[in-house]
Amino acid sequence: MKMKEYKTITQVAGPLVFVEKTEPVAYGELVTITLPDGSTRRGQVLDTSKDVVVVQVFEGTRGVDTSSTVRFTGDIVKLNCAQDMLGRILSGSGEPIDGGPKIVPEERRSIVGAAINPYARQYPREFIQTGISAIDGMNTLVRGQKLPIFSGSGLPHNDIALQIARQAKVRGEGEEFAVIFAAMGITYEEAYQFMKEFEQTGALERAVVFLNLANDPAIERLLTPRMALTAAEFLAYEYDLHILVILTDMTNYCEALREISAAREEVPGRRGYPGYMYTDLATIYERAGRIRGRKGTITQMPILTMPGDDITHPIPDLTGYITEGQIVLSRELHAKGIYPPINVLPSLSRLMKEGIGEGYTRDDHPQWNDQMYAAYAEGVDLRGLVAIVGEEALSERDRLYLKFADEFERRFVQQGRYEDRDIEYTLDLGWELLSMLPERELSKIERKYIEKYHPKYRKKEAKTEEAAEEAS
Amino acid sequence: MEVKEAGYVGEIYRISGPLVVAEGLKARMYDLCKVGEEGLMGEVVGLVGQKVLIQVYEDTEGVKPGDKVENTGMPLSVELGPGLIRNIYDGVQRPLPVLKEVSGDFIGRGIEAPGLDRKAKWEFKPLVKKGDKVKPGEIIGTVQETDVVEQKILVPPNVKEGVITEIYEGSFTVEDTIAVLDNGTELKLYHKWPVRIPRPYVEKLPPVVPLITGQRILDTFFPVAKGGTAAIPGPFGSGKTVTQHQLAKWSDAQIVVYIGCGERGNEMTEVLEEFPELEDPRTGKPLMERTVLVANTSNMPVAAREASVYTGITIAEYFRDMGYDVAIQADSTSRWAEAMREISGRLEEMPGEEGYPAYLASRLAEFYERAGRVKTLAGNIGSVTVVGAVSPPGGDFSEPVTQNTLRIVKVFWALDAKLAARRHFPAINWLQSYSLYVDTLKDWFAENVSEEWNELRRWAMEVLQEEANLQEIVQLVGSDALPDSQRVLLEVARIIREVYLIQYAYHPVDTYCSVEKQYDMLKAIKQINDWFYQALEAGKTVDEIAGVEGMEEFARAKFEENYKPALEAALEKIRKNLLGE
Repeated sequence: MKMKEYKTITQVAGPLVFVEKTEPVAYGELVTITLPDGSTRRGQVLDTSKDVVVVQVFEGTRGVDTSSTVRFTGDIVKLNCAQDMLGRILSGSGEPIDGGPKIVPEERRSIVGAAINPYARQYPREFIQTGISAIDGMNTLVRGQKLPIFSGSGLPHNDIALQIARQAKVRGEGEEFAVIFAAMGITYEEAYQFMKEFEQTGALERAVVFLNLANDPAIERLLTPRMALTAAEFLAYEYDLHILVILTDMTNYCEALREISAAREEVPGRRGYPGYMYTDLATIYERAGRIRGRKGTITQMPILTMPGDDITHPIPDLTGYITEGQIVLSRELHAKGIYPPINVLPSLSRLMKEGIGEGYTRDDHPQWNDQMYAAYAEGVDLRGLVAIVGEEALSERDRLYLKFADEFERRFVQQGRYEDRDIEYTLDLGWELLSMLPERELSKIERKYIEKYHPKYRKKEAKTEEAAEEAS
Repeated sequence: MEVKEAGYVGEIYRISGPLVVAEGLKARMYDLCKVGEEGLMGEVVGLVGQKVLIQVYEDTEGVKPGDKVENTGMPLSVELGPGLIRNIYDGVQRPLPVLKEVSGDFIGRGIEAPGLDRKAKWEFKPLVKKGDKVKPGEIIGTVQETDVVEQKILVPPNVKEGVITEIYEGSFTVEDTIAVLDNGTELKLYHKWPVRIPRPYVEKLPPVVPLITGQRILDTFFPVAKGGTAAIPGPFGSGKTVTQHQLAKWSDAQIVVYIGCGERGNEMTEVLEEFPELEDPRTGKPLMERTVLVANTSNMPVAAREASVYTGITIAEYFRDMGYDVAIQADSTSRWAEAMREISGRLEEMPGEEGYPAYLASRLAEFYERAGRVKTLAGNIGSVTVVGAVSPPGGDFSEPVTQNTLRIVKVFWALDAKLAARRHFPAINWLQSYSLYVDTLKDWFAENVSEEWNELRRWAMEVLQEEANLQEIVQLVGSDALPDSQRVLLEVARIIREVYLIQYAYHPVDTYCSVEKQYDMLKAIKQINDWFYQALEAGKTVDEIAGVEGMEEFARAKFEENYKPALEAALEKIRKNLLGE
């Protein structure tokens, strides 16, 4: 292999190294920098011209000086892919860190995945039962969807992600999800919680873990999600596995992106984040999906902490524009002691309409969903009114809605961390709550479903059955 | 490929993402270039001294300084002819099914794929004969492209007029010669047109015909005219894409061009899977038979995203020139603006507001100005209606793309996150939205729907306005404190909101509401309103009125395929219960 080595570093600025050279260097080429002490750093070409090459260094530029040697490898950033990756723990840049052997590659794949041809996609429709009522009933997840969790610091998003990873299944199929877990800039403690959980449940055997911890170089975070998704694509499309990718925390990823952009002195967009952040995030999130004629699927669940709980901050904002909905956690519900503190009102699953109803969940689900939303929204609105005029001033009807909202949070949203509710239980629980309201308020549900599922009629049904049994 | 003159091949000097700088290349602005050994498609966007700045429509990883750049000497153009309908293209008119055949499920690089199938044969029927003099833009014959679309074959607008010396009838591919003019010009079933240049027409006509969308809140309260422009800004999750899909499905345009610009891949898949199954209420044929899709999803190269809206509108103008009413849905123009910003940033141009280039406003204006109802060169009337979705960051309408768009478009459909959160869809805020076509379309509605239409519309809007005022008081003191007549008004407003404005896009019947049905429903609500006040005068309490038997049936009548008997029955029940026999 032709080695091109240079000792022509002219400038080091943050994570960037400027090299003057003679031979042409390709855009995106992988670079190795050897420091005077013999240690090496890896980087990638960000900008190349006949005069100067700009390299972003993944492992940080500490210790890099102008006498360091720069070698252009002629290769682009690739991940060693193999089925043996399952059960392994890798660094944020794809090197094993669990003390195990090297991964013998079946294939070396570029971590920049090509875009899926929209014509080759298949629309996701298979209902995933997570066992969490606020998700299954109100914001259903389907296989091949990208559904992020919008959280805030100190909220139990990791517990929810773990519970989903543990419980998620497509009913009627025995197959479990293989989990790819990519940690970006999270603390050791958080990572430890995940690892322990994976080990205890034996889930690690069906998982690949990429760890970039808070004290690892920030720039490496730009690689981590792409490494994880490359592994996901390999396992999904070569080995027909159903993959659930958990990316946490995307906020740290975006901070790294901003750092690079600032170091390159680019014109900043909103709040200093680069103008191309939307495109950059899209190249990550859009790697979820299903492809016609292929068995494996990739479902993505990115987690991000909204700075200052602000959903209009560029990170959640741009994410929401790309992903197919969002699960929003609420500090208020958390303070009330409700787990999972999912606020269903701003939450949304864009793909649920195709994945629920007859043949997917249950025939009453779509209209049930509308009614539950409307009733809870009404109850929450009334709370505002109560704060001003007091509960006494409310009509009987309004008081029922208030009660509905409270019960909805206490009984429907709230559940145990290890409580795995099936969809029928979730729907019936909803019916029980709806039956608190007068029947004429259920205007969004067709008569036939009310007669089929409303507890009032079901009891009658049960009674007549009993009577029939007694008679016989 | 023919041998290039010296100077039309140059060398790469620098690569920075989608921007490539070449030297030693002879080029004009907007020339199409082939970059690198793989021949990646790119377009000249700047000339600085001896250097040529090229935006590349494909990923540039692995491209090196010193690699060659070839200038085709042609601007970025689209192919216009039979084969457009039912197709799905990327931002630079490469058919995605062909790309799938060549490079598999993932999009590869450097693939050349012509916009129109070279092998397909089309049955051409001439409309002119030997010896006829034809002008640019004139129709010389037809090709029945799908069951519903008859494609008219035009003399390209950029060809000189002449007399026909040869014209053939029969089955041809797009590249066969179908006619020859005395000036030597050979006419084919297709021609090319540069995307950045608007196609010519004789004159613009006033927009006096509405584009009927079958969406109650749009047609009744905020109608858009054929040839008009509309914007749908809204935060994520408020229903921009669903509204755009509804427009693509149910608008009474003959041709629909749907541009998915920097949005989700699955949304295009949804259109691809759904449209062939859905029936056009006017023709009874699948909706796909009148649809052209341009899909440049968010993860596809950013420069091609910039080009995609031009590709889409040029295709639309081509069908307009045949005398058709064309509707364009551009989802989303914000992603297009961001693509401009990204390229501009790489060009190191002086940024305007929020990093957007200073020419953002003029580019948006130029684009929307390509809409219009026109007299075509062939003497027909055709129109292009543009509906652009806008995705303001954080749902903040004061940002530059929304603001610059609103300065141009005549209809503003404001999506509201609060309405969406309570699942009031379409989540279009009736107080914020407006349509400047209401007055110009008045006559059409009075003539074609009913004399009462405009008055009913005005009444309903007034009730909603009044409700908003009263709600402020209710928020402070509770509704019990209001006089009875105002409480009845709140009740009527609730009916307008919940029965009339809420429309279920996924309900097989409610998804499309004809103007006639809109009129019947609105008239019925006005009728109920009058009865409410009569009952109040007769001594009934507000609670009795609000809880009247029959409202439930009334609310459900819109879900019936044959809604009229259900509506009548419900009205009769309400009348009896309110006013007695």
